[in-house]
Amino acid sequence: MTAIPFQRVLDDHRDDVWRYLRGMVGAQAAEDCFQETFLAALRAYPRLRPDSNVSAWLLTIAHRKAIDHTRRRREVGLSAAPVLESVPAPERDTTIWSAVAALPPRQRASVLLRFGGDLPHRDIARVIGCSEAAARRSLHEGLKRLRETL
Amino acid sequence: MSELIVDAWHAPVPEAAAAAQRVAERAAAEGRADLYYETIASPLGELLLVASRHGLTQLHYAGDDVDAVLEDLAAARSPRIVRSAGATDPWRRELEQYFAGRRRTFEAPLDWKEITGFRRRVLRATAAVGYGDSASYKTIASAAGSPRGARAAGNALGSNPLPIVIPCHRVLHAGGGLGGYTGGLERKQMLLALEAGDAA
Repeated sequence: MTAIPFQRVLDDHRDDVWRYLRGMVGAQAAEDCFQETFLAALRAYPRLRPDSNVSAWLLTIAHRKAIDHTRRRREVGLSAAPVLESVPAPERDTTIWSAVAALPPRQRASVLLRFGGDLPHRDIARVIGCSEAAARRSLHEGLKRLRETL
Repeated sequence: MSELIVDAWHAPVPEAAAAAQRVAERAAAEGRADLYYETIASPLGELLLVASRHGLTQLHYAGDDVDAVLEDLAAARSPRIVRSAGATDPWRRELEQYFAGRRRTFEAPLDWKEITGFRRRVLRATAAVGYGDSASYKTIASAAGSPRGARAAGNALGSNPLPIVIPCHRVLHAGGGLGGYTGGLERKQMLLALEAGDAA
């Protein structure tokens, strides 16, 4: 059992989990996914092994919540792409997020996890639930597409 | 390309702090954590309140050791600990009324589950000492069923997890000496002065 109070996990990782969800589902839906992610994490937290990579663990939960959200949207006939709100952000960032939002989910996830979450390929594969080779491919494809768009 | 993403990613996200606070308060409202804490200001300095589902379980003169206290609780009780103003509000309010001289007894529930054995009997006896009143260590020991255990009673009081609300500051030496106090004798004196109606 870990001896780190959950509040510290929340404080230390809230920004990156928020950024990931915003990238995956858009700022508005990020709120719900964020709540679901941390409530699920709180429930499972006592069973987390002390040597676990907390960041990768949280991003895995966040990824599942984002995918669930996307699936629900698709089921009710809405676009699965994240909705980008006009949040006040530097224009350059807005351009980048629009381009990232336009990627297919797995490429989007790989790009965000690699360059935002700073995860190695092995952990990216674990978070999105695919092989390491597939994660590398998604990342490569995603970056290629971004280069073409931007 | 990748540097652009890294830069954009690291732009500040103030909305995450607010969202995190909403998660903690929701966890509290829905009873999803095991322990809830908050720090509050008081005339005796910052206080750390920790509540369980049964009631207030710890009260600390906070100082700089809030993190250490929370880590101990995480190891000994449960790591499902979140900060919540909502979950600790009843005790905050009563303490503020007490320090303002508008409250003589505490009514919000206390968690006695972790307090066992002789320590429990001592603290129960102490809880029965009224506002502005006092008792000797010997009286408390007798009430706890151990007439010759004044020293042991003193030790039990020294580990009172709920100072102020379990009023160990009202326990004094028979001769009138102050005895000891977890938060330091100055605080004990301030509490006694408050209850005596003297301006602290």
